[in-house]
This record gives sequence, C-alpha cells and structure tokens, in this order.
Amino acid sequence: MRSFAFWSLVTAILAYMTLPTLVVLMTSVNPTEILAFPSEGVSFQWYEKALTYPDFQIAFRNGLIVTGFASTLALIVGSAFAWLVQRYSFRGRGLLEAVLWSPLIIPHFTLGFGFLLLGGAFGLQQGYVMIVLAHMVLVMPFVTRAVYVSLANIDPNLARAAANLGASPFQVLMRIELPLVLPGMAGGWLIAAVLSLTEFTASLYVTGSRTQTLPVAMYNYIREYADPTVSAVSAMLIIVTTLIMFIADRAFGLRRVLAIDTH
Amino acid sequence: MTPHTRPDSPAGDAVEIVRVRKEFGAAVGVADVSLTVGRGEFITLLGPSGCGKSTLLGMIAGFVTPTAGKIIVDGVDLTEVEPYRRDIGMVFQSYALFPHMNVFDNVAFGLKMRRLPKAQIEAEVRRAIEMMKLTGMESRRVRQLSGGQQQRVALARAIVIRPKVLLLDEPLSALDKNLRAQMQVELSDLHRKTGLTTIFVTHDQGEALSLSDRIVVMNRGEVQQVATPIELYRTPANGFVASFIGEINALPKARYERAGEMAALVLPGVGRLTAPARAQWSFNDGAEVQAFLRPEQVRPALPGEAGANLLTGTVAAHIYQGSHTITRVEVPGIGLVETRVTGAEIISAHPVGTPITLSLDIGEAVLIAA
Repeated sequence: MRSFAFWSLVTAILAYMTLPTLVVLMTSVNPTEILAFPSEGVSFQWYEKALTYPDFQIAFRNGLIVTGFASTLALIVGSAFAWLVQRYSFRGRGLLEAVLWSPLIIPHFTLGFGFLLLGGAFGLQQGYVMIVLAHMVLVMPFVTRAVYVSLANIDPNLARAAANLGASPFQVLMRIELPLVLPGMAGGWLIAAVLSLTEFTASLYVTGSRTQTLPVAMYNYIREYADPTVSAVSAMLIIVTTLIMFIADRAFGLRRVLAIDTH
Repeated sequence: MTPHTRPDSPAGDAVEIVRVRKEFGAAVGVADVSLTVGRGEFITLLGPSGCGKSTLLGMIAGFVTPTAGKIIVDGVDLTEVEPYRRDIGMVFQSYALFPHMNVFDNVAFGLKMRRLPKAQIEAEVRRAIEMMKLTGMESRRVRQLSGGQQQRVALARAIVIRPKVLLLDEPLSALDKNLRAQMQVELSDLHRKTGLTTIFVTHDQGEALSLSDRIVVMNRGEVQQVATPIELYRTPANGFVASFIGEINALPKARYERAGEMAALVLPGVGRLTAPARAQWSFNDGAEVQAFLRPEQVRPALPGEAGANLLTGTVAAHIYQGSHTITRVEVPGIGLVETRVTGAEIISAHPVGTPITLSLDIGEAVLIAA
C-alpha cells in the first residue's frame, strides 16, 4: 500500500491535468444559454446546434481538406527526409535535422505570421494553399520522427537476407522495407492529421473568411456568442480524436512508432 | 529428402578464394587470403573477433566488396556479381527472419524471388519445413518462435533455394548451452543429408573441432593454418594456433640441441629437457624454439621416478571437472604449468601449496621456431 500522501499527489496532478477539459465537457450539456459553470441539468441542444450551424459545417469541411493535403504532403516529404537522414551521412545532415525539428521550437504564431508576410511578398492570398503550406511545416517533425523511428528499428540484416535470397534492391524495398515502415507512416499521418485538424494559432493568420478551419471558426463564434455550442464542438473533437488514437494504437502500435514504448 | 547437390554442378572445387584482400581505410580487414573449398565440404573459419572471418564471409555473400582478389564459385567469378544473383544461402547470427511474414512465407521467400510455379514452391517449402522439424508451425509469426525454432526457420529458408554454397555466420552463438549442443548435432545431420558445401564462421573452437572437415584458423586478417581438426590439435603451425585450439602449456623460449637420435631443449635457469628427435623437428643445432604441451602431456611423477624431464613446483590450484582434474603448478623459471589427470585423487595427494614433481612428455610436444 502506498501512503496517503502519494495518492493525494497523484489525484492532484490528475485533477490539474483534466479539470479544464472536464469543465468544458460539462458546460457542453448545459441546459441554459449562459456559458456558466457549474451547470444545472443535462441537455444535448448545443450538440444539435453545433452540428447544424453552417459556419461550423463549412469550417469542418475546410479542416478536412487542409488536413488531408497537409498530412499527406508532409508524409511524402517527411518520409523522404527520414530515409535520407537514416540511411546516408552527408555534409549538412546535422543542419537538415535541426531545421526539420525546428517547428517544435518556433512559436506557431511566428510561423503563421511568417507565411502571411511571405504570401504578401509573393502575391498569395490567405486560403487553402497558404494553410496547407503552414500546416505541412508544423506537422513535419512528427511525421518524420515516426518514419525515422520505424526505419531505425529495421534490422539492416533483413535487407541483406532478402538480397541473399534473390531479391533485387527494388524488391527489397517493396517486400521488406516498405511493409515494415508502413505502420510508422500510417501512425505519423494520423498524428499529423489530428494536429492539423485542431491547430489554431498559425491558422488564425493564414485562413481567410471562407477558408477558416474549425478552431478558427470556434474562436470567431465565441467572440459573438457566449452559449455552450463551442463546448459541444470541443467535446465531439475530443471524442473523435480519442477514437482515432485508440484505433491507431491497436492497428499500428502507435506507442512503438512514437517511441513512447522503448521496445 | 534427396541431396541438394545440383545436377548441373561442374566437377572441381566449389569455392576458390584467390588472394582476396579487404582494406577499411588504413586498416587491413582481410590480408591476401587464398583458400579452396571442396564440393560438399564443411569448412570452418575460426578466429577471435576482429580476425576477418566475418568480413571474408561477407565478401563471399557479396555484401562486402573486396579491395583486391577474386571469389570463384562453381568455376564462375562472382567478385563483381550482385548479392542477389549469387545463389549463395546464408544464415545470419541474428537469423534476420522477416518479422512481417509467417514461417511459411519466410521459407518461401527465395523461391518466390525465383518465380517458381506456386505448386512447386509449396512442395519445396513443405519438404524444407519437414526436414527442419517445423511441421505444424507454417502459419506462426516468427516473433512467436523460440530461439531454436527461429534458427531452424533460418536454416530452412537458406537450404530451400538449393544454394551453391551455404554460409553460416555464428548461427549458434545466440542459443543457450544445451540448445547449442543439440543444434551442433542437427547441423551435422543437415550437412550429411544435403551434401551442401558449407562455410561456417565461429569463434568457438569446440564447435569448430566437432563440426568441421577442415578448419581455417584466422588472426589479424591472415590465415594461420588450414587443417583437419585432428591435425590442428596435434600439429599446430604456430604459437597462435597452438594457444587458440584447446588448452596448452607454452614453455619459455629454449635452445634446441641435437645429439644423434636425441634432441634437447635447454631452458635457461631450468635445465635440459630431452626426447628422441622427431622428423618434423628440422631445426638447426642451437636454434631458438618454443615448446607447447597439452595438459594431458604433463602428469605427476611416480614415487621415486627419475629422468631428465621432471620439473618440481608448487600446487597453485585444482580445478575439479568431474571426470578429470586440472591442476595448476607454479614451476620456478617457467611459470604456471597445467596438468590434466583422470579422477580426483590428485586433490588429496597434492594439496594446494605443497610441492609436486611433474613429468613432461617432451616427445609429444609441439616445437615452433621462436
């Protein structure tokens, strides 16, 4: 048995971590129009409103389009990067790696603002192209890392064994290496998709009024209305994301891909 | 299963390694090694780690490009041929089984690459699986297999393609001791059944002695000796081979003297050791030589025994091994000398710290020019 102090600490940390989310989730079933806490009673009217509100519908569709392009392009570019960095040593490899990880250090608003300025210089309007480009940069480290880790986990003797058994370099790639990195690529794509779908800060700069993504639309909504509709949207996003992550972990071993599990 | 000897294989040697050299920058990994392996022979590359044996194996498989020299298999120069066009089977130390395939697909991989008809692949894979006693495990994932089973899958995968040569890179080193002994027997059986020319790499002299037709002892990239296990044990070519194969006592350097039928070793500060001269002791009178003696060629002197080859020292330790005992004796002017005698009597007859006289069978010693 652990001591009382130990369990108190664990409880406090858990509460601290989850309380803000729980508050939002609780207000989403608030029967009244006031965005207040604590709430009284249960109602699903805000879920109905969230699902039928045209701005949210459009923003959700925009988000899917952006996420689809950004994650897929990041996957292609990131996989190539991961493969280069893992397989070859060349001049400037360290610099390339550093640049690749840099979105983890650089604030999102800096990136968003930067893209906005660049867009201005090159005559590019706020819109899909700019959002996709910005999101690609933001999710690239995660995709690259996922692919890099799965590549590094492949025993180099597997390729030798396959060659020894008569497989040409192309056959080794298609039958041995690709199937073994595929879970990493899928896992990386999913994480990229979730990050892109919920990204707000950079998106605020690079989206236009008709290309706004869901988080931006939620921000604009809450500036005008103070009802719990955004809470309902949050709740739905959390549920969907959790489901995706759960399935991804089961199907691709997400923990292994992200090196959360070390084996 | 029918022997895997290829009906189209030409007569002559299976593998010819001609002055093969591999340099890694300034370091020499393999230094001008030449070697021929007979058809159906089981040959072992033996040496300490870093001796070049794995590099040599890598060059035969085609994973390592030689700096110079030729590798000829079945009369065809393979030096410039890609690994996947060589028809050489290999079992890796880590087995390198494909983790995303089951046992059947692992074994079938090489045949699929050769685009054989499906029915033939099925039949060949079944036979290899049966031969390696893996029947019933066809649909298992390789992660679910024990070390010994993985080993068998790796062997089945390598032999099913009927390779011209089978390369084994320390395949037993990952197994525990009991399993290793069992797999040694199975490797031996497999070689007898398939008749495959086999090149085995190991640093374990016990494995080498028990499995091989011939052993190639390597050190620092160079071949030290190529010989049958018995020749290697009885007549090592130099001090390295003598010390690497089995246990051996190395005496200090001595002067060789010849007087008619008798030869003598003059050890400074110790005395003269004598024996009838042997034909292979073709040293000049006064040459500097070193004598090597197996522990079984040293025994405690009998009570009252007299003669030239007696040395007195102090018992330093007994190592009881059940069927026999190894006794270490500190001899002044020589150092530790090991004797190996049957049973355990010596332990009570000569306790640690008491004096003991040893009789050396110099006539059986290996003499090497120092």
